[in-house]
Order: sequence, then C-alpha cells, then structure tokens
Amino acid sequence: MTSTPAPPTRAPRVDGTRRTRLPGNTALLGVLGFATFLALLEVVPRLGIVAPGYLPPVSRIGVALVELAGESAFWTALGDTVRGWFLGLLIAVALGIVVGFVLGATPILREATASTIEFLRPIPSVALIPLAVLVFGTNLRSVLLLVVYAAFWQVLVQVLHGVQDVDPVAQETARTFGLGRLARIRHVTWPTALPYLLTGVRLAAAVALILAVTAELVIGAPGLGNEIGVAQSGAAVARMYALIIVTGLLGVAVNVLARQLERLLLRWHPSIRREVPA
Amino acid sequence: MTALLRRAARNTLAAAALPIALLALWWVFTADSDSYYLPPLSDILASVDDVWLHSGRLRTDVLPSLLRLLAGFTLAVLLGVGVGVAIGSSRRLRAFCEPVLEFLRAIPPPVLVPVLMLFAGIGNTMKVLVIVSGCVWPILLNTVEGVRAVDQVLLDTARCYGVRGPARLWHLIIRSASPQIVTGMRQGLSIGIILMVISEMFAASNGLGFSIIQFQRTFAVTEMWTGILLLGLLGFLLATAMRVFERRALNWYLGLRQTQRGGDR
Repeated sequence: MTSTPAPPTRAPRVDGTRRTRLPGNTALLGVLGFATFLALLEVVPRLGIVAPGYLPPVSRIGVALVELAGESAFWTALGDTVRGWFLGLLIAVALGIVVGFVLGATPILREATASTIEFLRPIPSVALIPLAVLVFGTNLRSVLLLVVYAAFWQVLVQVLHGVQDVDPVAQETARTFGLGRLARIRHVTWPTALPYLLTGVRLAAAVALILAVTAELVIGAPGLGNEIGVAQSGAAVARMYALIIVTGLLGVAVNVLARQLERLLLRWHPSIRREVPA
Repeated sequence: MTALLRRAARNTLAAAALPIALLALWWVFTADSDSYYLPPLSDILASVDDVWLHSGRLRTDVLPSLLRLLAGFTLAVLLGVGVGVAIGSSRRLRAFCEPVLEFLRAIPPPVLVPVLMLFAGIGNTMKVLVIVSGCVWPILLNTVEGVRAVDQVLLDTARCYGVRGPARLWHLIIRSASPQIVTGMRQGLSIGIILMVISEMFAASNGLGFSIIQFQRTFAVTEMWTGILLLGLLGFLLATAMRVFERRALNWYLGLRQTQRGGDR
C-alpha cells in the first residue's frame, strides 16, 4: 500500500472535487426525477396504456387527496394508525432496551437465550394475526401485538450487539476509577450501545409502520389500512391510491424522523461528526 | 480431546436448555387447559399429522405458497441487482431516481395488495407481484449503496488492466457489492414471507396463509395453532437457509474482515 502512493492520494481529490460540484445539481435532478415520475403517472393512464379504472391519472388522485384532507374520518384514521405505530414502537423499544441490557450484561443468560432468540426472531409476525383476532378482536390491542412482536426483535438484536461491543479497556478504566455498576452502565455501556440502539429503532420504526398498516388492512382494525380496504371493496380507486400515497408519505416521515433522532442523539459520535461538513 | 467433547456438550446444553424448558412449561401448563384459545400442546402436536401430512395440505397449500415466494424472491433479486447496479454506477441517474425511490420504498408493501388485485386478479400473478413489490426495495437500495462504495483503487486498477464489460461487472462490481446485496436479500426475504402470507390471507383459494385464516374463521383453534407453528418453523428454516447461503457466498469477505481485524473474530 505504501509503495504506491499515487492512487490513494489521487482518489480522494477526485472524489472531493466531484462532491463539491454536485449538490445544486443533485437537488435539481431529484426534482426532475420526481416530476418525470408524476408525468408518467399522468400520461400512461390518459393514453390508455393502463386502464384508467385500474390506475387513474395522477391529477385525479390529487383531487381525491384534497377531498380526503377535508374529511374528519380520514384524520381520525390517520391518528389511529400513528397511535398504533407509536405505542407499539415505544413498547418494543422499552422492552428491547431492558431485555437487551439484562441479557447482554450476563454472559450465562446470553448464552442460554441465544438459540431461543434465533428461533423466535424469524417467525413472521403475521403468523400471529389469527391469534390476535381470536383473542383481542379488531381493535388497537391486535395491532399492538403484531407491531410489538415485529419491532421488538429489531431493537433487541441491535442492543445485544451494542452491549457486547463495549471496549474492555474503557470498562476496566471505569472500574479502576471506582464507578459502580449503575454508573458503569450509564457512562460506559450506554454510550457504546446507543448507536446500535438507534439503528435498531430506525429499522423497528419502519417495520412497525408496515405491521400497523397490515394489521388494519387484514384484521380490519380502524386506521389507514382499513380505509384502503374499504375504498378497494367500494371500487373508489382514486381514493384508494390517495390513501396509499398517504401511507407512503407517512413512511417517508418515519424514516426522516428516525434519522433526525439519530443525528440529534449521536451528535458526539465520530460517524455523525464526520458527516456534517464544517 | 475430552475437553473438546466437554465443551461441545456444554454448548449443546446451553443452546437446547431454554427451548426445551419453554416447551416443557408450555406442555405442562396447558396439559389440562380448558381455555378455548389455548388448547393443550399435546393436542396441537397430535393434530399436526392429521391437518398437514395426511390431508395432503403440504402439497396443495404449503408447496404453492413456497413456489410463489421463490418466484417472487428470485424476480426481486434479479430486478433489484440489475436496476441497482445501473443506478449505483451513474451519479446522475442516482440523483435523478433517489427521491422517487425513497418514496416508493416508504410505502408499506402490504397496501399494494389491493392495487395489484385490480391489475392481476387474485391468482398467482398477483401474489408473485406483491412479493416482488415488497422484496425489491431492500435489495435495490442495498445494491446501490454497495456499488457506490466500490473501492476507487480497484476501479482504477481494473481500468489499467483493461478489465471491462461482463468481467468487470461480475468480478469487480457485483463482487464488491455482494456483502450489501446479501444483506438486502436477507431483509427482502423476511418481507417476502410476510407478503406471501398477507396476499393469501387477503384473497386466495389455497396457500399457507389462506389455510390459517380459514381455520381461524371456522374457529378450528387447534388446527390454527398447528398452522402458526408451521409458519414459524418455515420462517426459521428459510432464515437458516439464507444464513448458510450468506456464509458460502461471502466466505471471502468474512475471511478478509477477520484478517483485517487481526485474526480473532
């Protein structure tokens, strides 16, 4: 590596100049890309390439979207979905942190539970749908069962990795300075595990939204998913697409929020500090 | 030698103890359960044979589900890697597509079930399309990231040696991006299983998800439990198969990382 200095010194420079030149361009191209996408969605049904009954032109979906915004039922449904998502995520994260720290801090427990976790984790949470319907019926608790089950594993696995990643030297140093068990968890384990935890939260937030909407769609619990099912069976196609777009926007919002949270809580972390240009 | 044996025995014990204990607890606590929702585990296991093996449901319901999953997943991998390599290789194309992809990815895939039902009815085509539409995003986006991160030195070296065309694509681009591609495939597979079940629960005449929801609607609770267990087992087996594949496909990468970290992993 050291005998050939030319490529490594050249590469960053090329990369650097490219990066400084592109930002304005990138945004413009992105807007252009989105405009093209919308134009395609408008033109394809109008030209009859796809039957407008199956895919209405995007302008008509837009009208349906505006109509939706005027309905109080829509806002209630949106609130229901967000509530199911948020409560489920909150429970899953809390559970994941507690269980993860307890298991991660005790090697014997960790070893004993590893196989069980590996078995339970890939079980698709939709397998619980019939059980949820029988036991809880079509309400928020069914949604929560599915959301929590799906999101919990994402958080737990990340926390376990994080707790395991603690630098032994830091741990020993803290011990030498006379930090107690709780103080070590607070000042050594927690900062080490936090980036992992937030990755887990980001993954779990996306999965939780999928499961919240799925539960509403399949079980019929109140929320956006249920509204989509109703619109579909009522052949209100434009309305169905409008609702789907709303779920997509909700998904984008969830992703952005999770990334902001990461950035906020990890300001001190090298990986974030490096991302922010001076 | 005996130490080795003892260690192997200890590891097996550690791995098996809790699952066995949990199953035993489940068995004992439900042994004389009158609860309608929670039939005795012994009854559930006894009816597995009747419900799935003798009735031929493995062939008429489980097999079609698995074939649809396989078809959808394969298509998603081809599509995701193909489009991902194209988008990842060109900065302009990436900037052009990124916002649209961010939006499409964020749509929870199950809501596409009603849409695809409009287009493709409730047959196999719809279900395969649903699986593709959900699986493709993690694979596509991870491929883009992987292709983006191909080592600049390697790219320059390949150019110096005149490596281009399919050889460059296969040996340099795909190979470099394969850790990310495989990660995307793993995420895609678990979404694919969910969608396989959802699409069958929503509208179908056969399949694992259809059977389970049918049992629930007819209040055949014991049969429903066997279905849940089978689905869980299937999820676990598919995840294991994925891990074996990952270890084989990424052998070179895992080894490389191990040496970079100084041996002990």
